Amino acid sequence: MIRMALWLVGALLLGGIVHLVTVLLLPRMATQDAYARVSAIAPVNAVVPVPSPTPEKAIMPFMDPAFAVSACRYDLSHGPLKFSVPISQAYTSVSFYTSSDVAYYAINDRAAGRRVIELDLMTARQRAELPQNEDITAADRLIVASPTTTGLIMIRALVTETAGTVSARNALAAAQCRPQ
Amino acid sequence: MRLLFGSLFALAVAAAVGLGATWIALTRGTAYGGVTIGAWTAWPKNGTPGIDPYARAMIARTGDLPVGSGDGVAFYARTDDGGQPLDGRCDVVVSGITPQARFWTLTLYDTEGRLVANSVQRQGFTSQEIIRKADGSFDITVGPRARPGNWLPTGGVEKYLLALRLYDTPIGVATRNGRDVPMPAITRRACL
Repeated sequence: MIRMALWLVGALLLGGIVHLVTVLLLPRMATQDAYARVSAIAPVNAVVPVPSPTPEKAIMPFMDPAFAVSACRYDLSHGPLKFSVPISQAYTSVSFYTSSDVAYYAINDRAAGRRVIELDLMTARQRAELPQNEDITAADRLIVASPTTTGLIMIRALVTETAGTVSARNALAAAQCRPQ
Repeated sequence: MRLLFGSLFALAVAAAVGLGATWIALTRGTAYGGVTIGAWTAWPKNGTPGIDPYARAMIARTGDLPVGSGDGVAFYARTDDGGQPLDGRCDVVVSGITPQARFWTLTLYDTEGRLVANSVQRQGFTSQEIIRKADGSFDITVGPRARPGNWLPTGGVEKYLLALRLYDTPIGVATRNGRDVPMPAITRRACL
C-alpha cells in the first residue's frame, strides 16, 4: 500500500514536470501562432497589407476592425533594417514582435513627435558593432534592438469615417522596411 | 514485475496529469497578472517582454498578437457586472466613462475571437463615433434588435465577449485596480 502511494507521489511529481515542460515548449512548437500566420502572406523584409478582419475570415483572432494593418516580417541575419512610415492625421502605431510573438517595443505617432516614424532595427550584436564616435549616434537616430534575428513589425493606422481613411491607408502604403 | 507495473502506472498518471493540467490552463484562460475592474480584465504584461509563460503558450495556441504596451491596452469582458455570461439574445447596456486615453475602440467577438456577422456590418465602435450625453458619458446598447442611439448588434449569437481597447493611455503594467480607473458598467436588460 505504501509502495503504491510512493508510486503515486512520484507520478504526480513527474506530471508536474510534464506540465511545465509542455507549457514552456508550446510557443516553440506552435505552427499556427501569429508569426506563422503572418509569414504565410508576408515575404521577408517587405511591407505588405494585412487583410482587414471580417466575420468570415481573419488572419488572426481578436484583430481590431477599426485599424488598417500592414506587416513587415523581418530577418536581420544579413544586416540591420531601415524602417519608416509617414504619419497620417489618424493615430498610427508601430509594434515590434519577436518570432515567438513577444511584443518588445511599440511606438506611436505622438511619441515619435514628427511627420515620419523612422528607425533602425538591428540585433543587439549588430548594435554593439556600430561605430561609437560618429555623428550618427545623434539623438535623431532611433535604434531599436531586436532580441531575435527574425520577427514582425506591425503598423497600425486608425481608419474610421471621421479620421481620414484615405490618408491613413496612403501612409501605410508608403511604409518601408528594407536592408540598409 | 511489480516494478514494471509501478513504473508504467506512474508514467501513465504523469502524462495524464501533466498534459491535462496544460490543456486546462491554456483553454480556461487562467493567465496571471490580470488587472480586473468590474467585469473587465486586462493583461497589460502580455504586451511587454515580461509576459508570463502561460500567456505565451496561450497566444501561441490561439494565434493572437497582444497589443504592445507602448500602443495601448486591451480589456476583455465575458460577463456582465452581475457575473452572468454575455448572451447575444439579451440587451446589455455598456454605460459610463472610460479611463484616460487618446481614443478607444469597443469590439464584439465570439468566444473564438472572430467578428460576428450582422445586418448592418457593425462590429464595434470607436470613441470618435459614439453619441455622448451632455456630461461626456455614453450608453451603448448591445443586443440582437436595432435600438436608437449607440447600438452594437450581437447577431443573436449565444455567447460573445467585448473588447475595450484603450490606445495611447497611461493605463498599463503599473495599474493595480479600479480606484482611479473608471471602466464602463455592463448591465443586463431584457432578453428575447
